[in-house]
Amino acid sequence: MNATIIDAINDALHAEMRNDDRTLVFGQDVAESGGVFRATDGLLAAFGSDRVLDTPLSEIAIVGSAVGLATHGFRPIAEIQFSGFLPPAFDQLVTNASRIRWRTRGELTAPMVVRTPYGAGVRALEHHSESLEGAYGHVPGLTVAIPSTPHDAKGMLISAIRDPDPVLFMEPKHVYRSLREDIPEGAYTEPLGEAAIRREGEDVTVVSWGAMMHKTLEAVDNLDGVDAEVIDLRTISPLDRETVTESVRKTGRCVVVHEAAKTGGFAGELVATINDEVLLYLEAPIERVTGFDIPVPLLSMEDYYVPHPPRIEEAITKTVSY
Amino acid sequence: MDDSPRTVPPAAADIGVDPLSQGDLEIETYRVVRSDGSFAAERVPDLDNEAFRDFYRWMLLQRIYDERATKLQRRGRLGTIASGHGQEASIIGSGYALSRDDWIFPYGREAGALLLHGLSMRDLLLYWRGIEDASRMEGANVFGMAISIGSHIPLATGKAWGLELDGEDAIAFANLGDGATSTGAFHEGLNFAGVLGVPAVFFCQNNQYAISLPFDEQTNAETVAQKALAYGVDGIRVDGNDVLAVYNAVSTARERALEGAPVLVEAVTYRRSAHTTSDDPTRYRSGDEVDEWEERDPLARYRSFLEQTGRWDAIDEDAIREEVEAEFDEAVDAADAVEERGVEELFAYLHEEMPPELERQLEELRDLLEERPDTYEFIEQRPKG
Repeated sequence: MNATIIDAINDALHAEMRNDDRTLVFGQDVAESGGVFRATDGLLAAFGSDRVLDTPLSEIAIVGSAVGLATHGFRPIAEIQFSGFLPPAFDQLVTNASRIRWRTRGELTAPMVVRTPYGAGVRALEHHSESLEGAYGHVPGLTVAIPSTPHDAKGMLISAIRDPDPVLFMEPKHVYRSLREDIPEGAYTEPLGEAAIRREGEDVTVVSWGAMMHKTLEAVDNLDGVDAEVIDLRTISPLDRETVTESVRKTGRCVVVHEAAKTGGFAGELVATINDEVLLYLEAPIERVTGFDIPVPLLSMEDYYVPHPPRIEEAITKTVSY
Repeated sequence: MDDSPRTVPPAAADIGVDPLSQGDLEIETYRVVRSDGSFAAERVPDLDNEAFRDFYRWMLLQRIYDERATKLQRRGRLGTIASGHGQEASIIGSGYALSRDDWIFPYGREAGALLLHGLSMRDLLLYWRGIEDASRMEGANVFGMAISIGSHIPLATGKAWGLELDGEDAIAFANLGDGATSTGAFHEGLNFAGVLGVPAVFFCQNNQYAISLPFDEQTNAETVAQKALAYGVDGIRVDGNDVLAVYNAVSTARERALEGAPVLVEAVTYRRSAHTTSDDPTRYRSGDEVDEWEERDPLARYRSFLEQTGRWDAIDEDAIREEVEAEFDEAVDAADAVEERGVEELFAYLHEEMPPELERQLEELRDLLEERPDTYEFIEQRPKG
């Protein structure tokens, strides 16, 4: 089928709800109205109100009860309407979901998914535009996945639902509907914890994920005479160190692009990983193109915050000509 | 060790355990003017005719503001907005009961109350245009909008605590919706307010929906007001489409709060428009229900009271309408006249003094815009007021 990311997510949910009757979908406005982005459209009609539920406005209860359900052998797929509203439930992710297997020595597990749209660029109100994947990626035991294409959105979401441990599935809402591609019918999986090489190249490695992936590809297209290798990280944690370091071993240069603020952002972890493993192959300092160390501005100036192709091009050029 | 499963016999009915349950509480919904227009004369507040006119004037202003702001949004001249359509009596009745010294913690729909409190309409429009400067809420004791639902409730508790410590004769007044009552912040904020005995009023405009979720699915409790008892604070349930009832309820709550008893007020009303301009309510509720509430229109009900008490003749509705429309036009012009902002605005105010790294990032952005003016092709909305 020809699908956008939102179609692909909806299709993945339908497929896994059909495949496994222990799955449940719940969150704010997911059932009756089909979700504010329509990601869960049609699920209530297809699977009924025992498995598809609108919840009260309670992020703590949504994520915490998902942990409880999961320990009882269900496969909850919870939605947090915008990732800006996830922080109250951060406690449940840190205190319970991420460590339940570890603290019960494997007696209890939390195979659950928390889906949440993240990122700027849709002219929403305050607290609707954050990119805190670095913070969530810092929590041991929590898988943090971010697809950037319709194909990956479906395959990775199905992997997340089947994963034996909790997955925070962050969806780049800026490109929810702006990309289309043909994706397979029926269930298929794309692995978590494996980056994808979007373009092979020799001169420089450019690593990105989510909505920034597409700005990065646009930037690379605009640069004549630079043979860039583009890596879509796809999973923040666990990090696919090998794909990144192998590429940098080849190119000797690296640029990391993300939308989140710079300080403490996940690009820092990538720089450290490269330094740990392939420092002596580097021919130039690693560049980071990120959001600034400020909250995402309100809608009138949010476009200034997000990295755009010219900024990415400058960084790549600087690295290559070092 | 005996590891056979232990069976648990059912509890006998006659052992004297009598759980508290929903039906145990009878909670009155306070009214002054009933939906049929009849009213309880002894409850009519003792106010001059100017005040009775004001209630109507400000409710009409709220209605016109919502209509015109929605039109502006449709034309791309405001961002996403949340309307107070249908809730005019709750918004104005509560706003009118506050002193300018009180602090309002807004939740987004209460334009009229904020304007009554001294905020300029220009700044309100600028806020919905996504202009950070508007959040100064200049000239009015108004906090920033609580876009993250419920997040402001503990703040109101803290502000009230401060007012009390400083011996000020003012309260913290938090507006919230029915959805907010399901957040942890609501629970913690109210409980702590009760423990401290601070001058806070938590005003829940129960408009029956949190986006698509109807109130009876938001909570299994029959009312919001009853939750007050669990937190050890006072509770009032009031007809939120009866402006005089809301005024009386909030005036009473304010007095109680100043005496050291925080109050949770539930105003029962209805959100007649969409959740926000991004929402399509036809996906989750019936037109019949909306029509039913239209018949309980707060302006019409109050007008009927004014007519019955001989106050309506002195009110020139057309003149009010004209005046409000002109005020709105002026506010739009003033908002349009706000000068273009520079990118330094993005970096300002995060710290008292800008740290060197932020200075550096600001310079980086300035350099980029100079060296790569094609960046502007990706900037759809310029930083204009």
